[in-house]
Amino acid sequence: MSSKLSGRRGFLKNGATLIGLAAGAGVVPAAGAQMASPSETPHDDAALIAYGQRSRYVKSIRIPVMERMSPDDFGMTFHVTSPLQDSVGIITASSLHYIATHRGSYLPDINPEEHRLMIHGMVDRPLIFTVEDIKRLPFVTRTHFLECSGNRARPSHKTVQESHGMTSCCEWTGVPLSLLLKEAGVQSGASFIVSEGAETVKGSTSVPLGKAMDDCLVCYGQNGEAVRPQHGFPLRLLVPGFEGIYNTKYLRRIKVVDQFYMTYNDYGHITTDSRVAALNRQIGPKSVITFPSGSQKLPGPGLFEITGLAWSGSAAIRGVDISTDGGQSWKPAELRSPAYPMAHTRFGFHWKWDGTESVIMSRSTDELGTAQPTRAEAANYWNKPNDKNFNVPGTDNTVFPWRVAADGSVHNGLA
Amino acid sequence: MGASTMDSRKLLLIVMILGLCQIAKAQSPTYGVGRTPTAEEIRAWDIVIGPDGKELPPGHGTAAEGAKLFVVKSCFGCHGQTGSGGPAPTLIKSDGKTKNPYPCLSPCVNDSNVMALRAPYATTMWDYINRAMPLTKQGTLKPDEVYALTAFLLYKNGVIQEDEVMDAQSLPKVKMPNRDHVALAPEWKHGTPRLQSYP
Repeated sequence: MSSKLSGRRGFLKNGATLIGLAAGAGVVPAAGAQMASPSETPHDDAALIAYGQRSRYVKSIRIPVMERMSPDDFGMTFHVTSPLQDSVGIITASSLHYIATHRGSYLPDINPEEHRLMIHGMVDRPLIFTVEDIKRLPFVTRTHFLECSGNRARPSHKTVQESHGMTSCCEWTGVPLSLLLKEAGVQSGASFIVSEGAETVKGSTSVPLGKAMDDCLVCYGQNGEAVRPQHGFPLRLLVPGFEGIYNTKYLRRIKVVDQFYMTYNDYGHITTDSRVAALNRQIGPKSVITFPSGSQKLPGPGLFEITGLAWSGSAAIRGVDISTDGGQSWKPAELRSPAYPMAHTRFGFHWKWDGTESVIMSRSTDELGTAQPTRAEAANYWNKPNDKNFNVPGTDNTVFPWRVAADGSVHNGLA
Repeated sequence: MGASTMDSRKLLLIVMILGLCQIAKAQSPTYGVGRTPTAEEIRAWDIVIGPDGKELPPGHGTAAEGAKLFVVKSCFGCHGQTGSGGPAPTLIKSDGKTKNPYPCLSPCVNDSNVMALRAPYATTMWDYINRAMPLTKQGTLKPDEVYALTAFLLYKNGVIQEDEVMDAQSLPKVKMPNRDHVALAPEWKHGTPRLQSYP
């Protein structure tokens, strides 16, 4: 069998060579390189048949945040950014999804057959589920983004991966948390749940019961396969639109309680102002241009397609406006993807660049009618001067500018 | 007229029975998947400690015992001999005279935000030491040891007296310096912006 295969492959290879020779012989000189069939990709047949991989010419990779290298001195992965500058569509490949571990934890190696999820506390019937139990229940599949509260553009950032790379969007499959909570029977007087992971530090977070009963999911599927270990295998909580740390990975326990529990993760977000607490919890309408973006270069004046991503933690994206003159005038972009609630939405905008220095920016509006603020608007709200030191309170969803220089090079507009 | 009254009563009865059925339905499981955990399973898993400390286990500890454990359990290896100046987060506010040779890892915990001074409840400290420390040996500390280490950090940061015994009753009552300076987010509601009136 294998000799037959190799014989056939040898024939195909020879055929390719013949065609290549014919093309190279000057029949169609200009198109020769494209007419020739490419040589065979070097690979391990069995491995590639079992599980595919991208072309070796595609180099797009994740990069740890500068503030704390990963792996760090303790061998832990901290925060790792997704290469948004190379993104297309709205789905982030699981292998390129940003990673965040709030207080540092080693990547757990969990056998799904041994994993359990317990629901207890203020419920009529405490329950323990296996992963197989969870998969027996009615499921839903939804597209949602996740974003880390540390996803904050700074003047020092060179690329969109550095300035905005801690957001990603996947298709998630799982059981509504409300179904599990109803199965357990939530008692009156309950107001929060505390979710907890199975990793070494057993990260836990308080989630308002209203949100838990609304649209949260206990997920086992991500982009058509099992949730990846870096994203919570075998079960992870998804709290759509809430800041990343609410979305507990390796979910092992949900305790229904009667107050905010001030866990270590909760404590990491404490503030003296309830407005900041609200802005830290839910992600605002936000957007960023991914092309052209920092460190990319336009070859010269002409027509280009400005594209990027928009998302909101409150609702679906209704529209995106683009400015190519530093915010003096705005024109609507086209939504080039479905606009799902709490999901990345892809926009596009034809731009005829005249070769002069231009500042380009995007501004999104969600279905609630809430628009993404500019830094000036945010500074005005907090009565702070709008200078480079202004640190937007809560998660930063302000409009972000790219400066396209006359030579076509693209730079951080905050710098 | 009489018949009509009877009909109304019958209707009311039917509505009431249907209503009771609805309540019964809401209160019983729909799918019956999963099993009931034993009391022992719940006790073993339930490591989260709320602000009122009702989950705290029996046991007690003092700052003096905690000082010894800080060495015995090698806490100093990552957090520094004096609870500061190590590669891991600062635990005891330093005298400010010695510069930490290590970069402050993000999220940066230094003299300005050590947990004993910033956490609004001492229960959060107990909970985290118990669930997450020591690194790679999580879950090995006994309740007495967690009480002692918490007492040690509270004492060294000037929150409690050296001779105060920390236990399930005293720990939740510790008056933390930051207790009255923490604001929580308003109640969350579906379909509302994250903060009304924010631009």
